[in-house]
Amino acid sequence: MLIKQNWWKYLGILLVLYSIFQGLLGSVPELPILHESIRNVYFHVPMWFAMIILFVVNATYSVKYLNSNNTKHDTWAVESANIGVLLGILGIVTGMIWAKYTWGEAWSNDPKQNSAAIALLVYMAYFVLRGSIEDEQKKAKISAVYSVFAFPIMIVLIFILPRLTDSLHPGNGGNPGFNTYDMDNDMRKVFYPAVIGWILMGIWLAQVKFRLRTLEVKSLEK
Amino acid sequence: MISVKIIKALLLKDLLIEWRNKYSFNGILLYVFSTVFICYLSFKQINPVVWNALFWIIMLFASVNAVAKSFMQETKGRFLYMYTISSAQNIIISKIIYNALLMMLLSLISILFYSVVFKNPVQDPLFYGIAVILGGLSFSTILTMVSAIASKVNNNTTLMAILSFPIMVPLLMLLIKFSKNAIDGLDRSVSMNELTAILLLNVITIAISLLLFPYIWRE
Repeated sequence: MLIKQNWWKYLGILLVLYSIFQGLLGSVPELPILHESIRNVYFHVPMWFAMIILFVVNATYSVKYLNSNNTKHDTWAVESANIGVLLGILGIVTGMIWAKYTWGEAWSNDPKQNSAAIALLVYMAYFVLRGSIEDEQKKAKISAVYSVFAFPIMIVLIFILPRLTDSLHPGNGGNPGFNTYDMDNDMRKVFYPAVIGWILMGIWLAQVKFRLRTLEVKSLEK
Repeated sequence: MISVKIIKALLLKDLLIEWRNKYSFNGILLYVFSTVFICYLSFKQINPVVWNALFWIIMLFASVNAVAKSFMQETKGRFLYMYTISSAQNIIISKIIYNALLMMLLSLISILFYSVVFKNPVQDPLFYGIAVILGGLSFSTILTMVSAIASKVNNNTTLMAILSFPIMVPLLMLLIKFSKNAIDGLDRSVSMNELTAILLLNVITIAISLLLFPYIWRE
């Protein structure tokens, strides 16, 4: 199995380290308003990519659990949601700091900010739901149903709604995307590795949490 | 699997129960009336943006309360009996239709009362009416499934709100935008994007409910 090998973890470390060094030291185009804060694109945006991937993992394993009733699938689903929420919070915080210096306020009523916050609420509700059920089997099944039910609605929230309204983010409401005018080739060489690196790190974190949880259950069974 | 005859029978059963002990519909109606009146006493005068937002917030809370009952009111014995005569899909479809009928009626009565109490600023009443009916319909499609999930958990009244509010937001934002266009009397072609998005969201929700309900109905 690919997930059991180690090379992708080293690749993840390498890419994240590269994106941190190159992101802080590399050359960036000089733009009004953004100035040097454009470097945040290497840290803020990859968080969202990684979060979405982990929520996709959560939905996939929830579907798998419903078909198999295998506890392992449920553990994967919970831990990926855990790490997804963590990355989402990091994404919101980095975004808020960035917004404070470019848009003037940490929370600017931007549809993407609002959507991201609400998406996090969905997954926090998922944890509350899990916490309120005692029986393990029932907990796994009902939370899987909720997560599969909420996932497509969250996709509408994050990908479709911000495009229908005006946003301060690039690429929305008539603002051109980063790709069309801000990001030059030098930046792309850092940005794409950063995205891949953080996605790999996210999956690795989820895997570590998964192993911890499995060991915990094992030690309890003894 | 899906049989119109069984759905009809289940729907008729729900409607009959509702008709015989009218307290749940009347209770929700009274809930809306008193909330509207409290809002009137606290706001007195409001501008159209707040008028619109306030109406949808009142409807949001009323619908959570109204639909939450749909699975909790069934006794355990009655559920067992239903499992023996029907498939999961029939039950969820009949519940969605029942809740949709209930919510559409409730929304219409509420908007009438609301516009009598607060001065009505709507310039395109037909489209606002469509928004209200669509709102009742979409609230019930999402909430029916959430109430099925919440009914499996003991402490379910709080849980119902926690689980449903985040996933209601996309719908609520679309509805508020759509109805705001109707208030401003904008050209109807402007609202078509929102209209299709709302309908699409409904189709997705009903499809997933049909797929997922069989997994939880016997829990």
